[in-house]
Amino acid sequence: MTAEKSNLVTGNTGDWEIVLGLEVHAQVTSNSKLFSGAATTFGSEPNSQVSLVDSAMPGMLPVINEECVRQAVRTGLGLNAAINRFSVFDRKNYFYADLPQGYQISQFKQPIVGEGVITVDLPGGRSKSIGIERLHLEQDAGKSIHDQSPTKSYIDLNRSGVALMEIVSRPDMRSAEEAAAYVKKLRSILRYLGTCDGNMQEGSMRADVNVSVRKPGDELGTRCEIKNMNSIRFMQQAIEYEARRQIEIIEDGGTIDQETRLFDANKGETRSMRSKEEAHDYRYFPDPDLLPLIFSEEFVEAEKAKLPELPDAKKARFIADFGLSPYDAAILVEEQETAAFYEKVADGRDPKLAANWMITELFGNLNKAGKDLSDSPVDEAKLGGLIDLITDNTISGRIAKDVFAEMFESGKDAPTIVEEKGLRQVTDTGAIEELIDSVMASQAEKVAEYRSGKDKLFGFFVGQVMKQSQGKANPAMVNELLKKKLAG
Amino acid sequence: MSDLLSLSLTGARDALKAKKTSSTELTDAYIGAMEAGKSLNAFITETPDKARAMAKASDEKLAKGEGGAMEGLPIGIKDLFCTQGVLTTAASHILDGFKPEYESTVSQNLWNAGAVMLGKLNLDEFAMGSSNETSHYGPVENPWRRSGGDNAKLVPGGSSGGSAAAVAGRLAIAATGTDTGGSIRQPASLCGIVGIKPTYGRCSRWGVVAFASSLDQAGPLTRTVSDAALMLGAMAGHDPKDSTSADLAVPDFEAALTGDVRGMKIGIPKEYRVDGMPAEIDALWQKGAAMLKDAGAEIVDISLPHTKYALPTYYIIAPAEASSNLARYDGVRYGLRVDGDSLNEMYENTRAEGFGDEVKRRILIGTYVLSAGYYDAYYLKAQKVRALIQKDFNDAYQSVDAILTPTAPSAAFAIGENEDDPIKMYLNDVFTVPASLAGLPGISVPVGLSGEGLPLGLQVLGKAFDEETVLKVGGVLEQAAGFDALPGFLAGGK
Amino acid sequence: MSLDKATVAKIAHLARIKTDDAQLDAMVGDLNTILGFVEQLSEVNTDNVEPLASVTGHGLPLRADVVTDGAYPERVLANAPDRAHGYYAVPKVVE
Ligand SMILES: [Mg+2]
Ligand SMILES: [Zn+2]
Repeated sequence: MTAEKSNLVTGNTGDWEIVLGLEVHAQVTSNSKLFSGAATTFGSEPNSQVSLVDSAMPGMLPVINEECVRQAVRTGLGLNAAINRFSVFDRKNYFYADLPQGYQISQFKQPIVGEGVITVDLPGGRSKSIGIERLHLEQDAGKSIHDQSPTKSYIDLNRSGVALMEIVSRPDMRSAEEAAAYVKKLRSILRYLGTCDGNMQEGSMRADVNVSVRKPGDELGTRCEIKNMNSIRFMQQAIEYEARRQIEIIEDGGTIDQETRLFDANKGETRSMRSKEEAHDYRYFPDPDLLPLIFSEEFVEAEKAKLPELPDAKKARFIADFGLSPYDAAILVEEQETAAFYEKVADGRDPKLAANWMITELFGNLNKAGKDLSDSPVDEAKLGGLIDLITDNTISGRIAKDVFAEMFESGKDAPTIVEEKGLRQVTDTGAIEELIDSVMASQAEKVAEYRSGKDKLFGFFVGQVMKQSQGKANPAMVNELLKKKLAG
Repeated sequence: MSDLLSLSLTGARDALKAKKTSSTELTDAYIGAMEAGKSLNAFITETPDKARAMAKASDEKLAKGEGGAMEGLPIGIKDLFCTQGVLTTAASHILDGFKPEYESTVSQNLWNAGAVMLGKLNLDEFAMGSSNETSHYGPVENPWRRSGGDNAKLVPGGSSGGSAAAVAGRLAIAATGTDTGGSIRQPASLCGIVGIKPTYGRCSRWGVVAFASSLDQAGPLTRTVSDAALMLGAMAGHDPKDSTSADLAVPDFEAALTGDVRGMKIGIPKEYRVDGMPAEIDALWQKGAAMLKDAGAEIVDISLPHTKYALPTYYIIAPAEASSNLARYDGVRYGLRVDGDSLNEMYENTRAEGFGDEVKRRILIGTYVLSAGYYDAYYLKAQKVRALIQKDFNDAYQSVDAILTPTAPSAAFAIGENEDDPIKMYLNDVFTVPASLAGLPGISVPVGLSGEGLPLGLQVLGKAFDEETVLKVGGVLEQAAGFDALPGFLAGGK
Repeated sequence: MSLDKATVAKIAHLARIKTDDAQLDAMVGDLNTILGFVEQLSEVNTDNVEPLASVTGHGLPLRADVVTDGAYPERVLANAPDRAHGYYAVPKVVE
């Protein structure tokens, strides 16, 4: 594969290619933890969602949550991946304050999900396939709090044992933008499936980014892993900073140390993680408290049959059935709720008009107001009602923008606003002719110029007539009648 | 009743049912026995108040003709079982002061059946040992002494040494044990009592301090085979809190003791005739085979070709699992903490002071065999050999119903005698480890005395979840052997 | 394979057990004895042998996704050597 020119970074010694692979940890949507019956809700009192299993009391044993297994299988299917009918839980052994067992139950050699692929949407309607290497189930660790005491760290085990899916990509991304698009797409798929809420602020989804650089065509360079990115924007900044840092080191004759780094959002820098400095030897081995996880083909098939329409399929359908551009379709399918909203608006209406109104007016206004579709003052019926008024010529497209603004502000529906404000379009031939006559009478000189061949003045007359009608005259009728009258 | 302490578990049960004695009377006798037997160091924690309260509750039930299978019977609990609100140590310094907020499934099952708790019994630290000398609370003394008059203090075997000594010395009517590589059967043999390790998965591991998860099994140590049947029935059962617990109904084990082994095929594995095996052990084994033959069983020579590799396999797998299971003892959530300037220092100080030498040895071996570059050569290899060992048994059970072997290669030895050489100590489990690796049930029954007047046991192994056959054959051996020798120390006297 | 002192020191650190020089010397001897003993496994032909996955042979039991546990911070913290404000407390960790 040749490097895409547009992604290359220029250094002192020429162009560099950034190579990125992501390990995304996605919290499985479930009521209880992966191996215990404690709750998973966010933001509870410290150590209040902890069972004796999660706090690794002597003699406590794990019992797996069937819903977490099902969710992992659904996710694997959503990532077009192979579902491994036989998988094994392993212990990953290391000591850390928030790892009460002294090991994390994870999957190493035999994960639940094997290779898959997803298509990410890039600006300009381009797309790219990113390989998925594997998905495995594992336990989350607890949380260490370092800033509450000068001499101590505090440990909260509420997250300890919460189910995570670790989704490992191939090193297929070549820019921060592609990495961002990958995370967005993954998030979109997980949210469609209902297997992860994708809430990055709450840590339900976080990415470890493996960054390396190389001269185009060279072997892979030494990578650094930036841990725990929980914002797409910061992830992009971190990648750009880290790639620069690596290029500078190499260009100065240095070499990259393979290490774990942390992104400091305040400084916009990555730095080496002291606590992870020492080389780990995780001593993975199958967890003897658990047995191999085995499913039948029927189980996998049944889960497949229950999957919802996923973003790619929906996008393809929107392009095929509604004639949308790939770019518009991608925007509309990112969230399931948006796509459903759109389909309601488009039902029985011009789908392209519906898409335009959603993307430009509705999303524009929501963005400005800092609102989500879920708390939009304009619902499907209202936006549809507005589009109906445009289609049946009750109002013009220009007036419709004002109506939309009013609708967004007041929450009233479009017909009410049009009636109240008298914005109904003038389509009465006689009335329009009267307006034209009055404009022509007051602009006799311009009429003469037009008639002597100055065609360009036509636009001027249209403008004048529309102005006289306060924008309410039907523009098409104005055009047609004006042409006739000016022709004499 | 005059001699309460001489009653077996089933005998006492019958006496209680017949109202010939009360649980309070029986329990008080054992509280006195614990006091009298302090020199054995069998208990780490005694709970006489709890015992009396439980006995009282049992008497109320018994008076109404109610109560479970173990109602009113005072037993000891190996201090590897977590007991709610009662110090639980695993005989390790690192669990100093640990009082669990929960009760192990097996001990809860026993309380549900009406049993009375006398206290927590000594063991090798984290059940790692075959002589009970690795306990932080000091060695347990075997109630038996050699007849030659050397009067050396002997080990009770291990790791359930406190349990075995307490039952043999009559400080408890019965006791729980756990067996990872022989920790029920070997001490039972060395103390002249009965011990059964059921099939892996028969008793829940929930709430039992883990040593090696794929091997650990709870079981009873008792004076007779029918006692073992009674108590195992009360301990066993499916537990949804243990993923490796078998979802099978618990048979009526006592009913299996028909005494009839006619037509049964008993295998004698030739590979158990190991180099340097004392002649008296071999003779005892022959004698046991003859007893079963006399009872109408057919004796069949069999081969378990990978027997010799069982011990080295065990000494890879058990330490590997232990190194991971014991990582949770880090000074953060319970037990000992020895401060340090950093978190890592705190960990290192705590674990250095908290663990004894044998536990450290096993943690280090286990850490090494799992470490990068060595996993395949050691751990993976051992799991493959383990598969072969399991296959050996499966093949043998195509042609036999049970297998007869010695339990241990020697009688009880003196405290301190085998301490310096870990391998010599490990060889104690040479006959018990293979069945542990295969997850199979086995019982040790006292059959005779050594030349020095010390008890020797024979082991009966069975098919997975066929404890009934194991008990039945064990019962026939017990009957035929008529072992009635008593140890030098006996609470309440002979 | 035979262990040297440096390797044993490395393992002891992986296992978080502080070990002084004299202890290391003793451990090197003991561990090599044990490793020498388990070395006999190399004689066994295990070509085409699958490692034992579990002695029971049955698959993993699954539990329903229901909250049945937790909500007892006092029981979780009851045995803690050091605690503060509902947390376990440990020597400060620098990340
Ligand atoms: Mg990772
Ligand atoms: Zn992970």
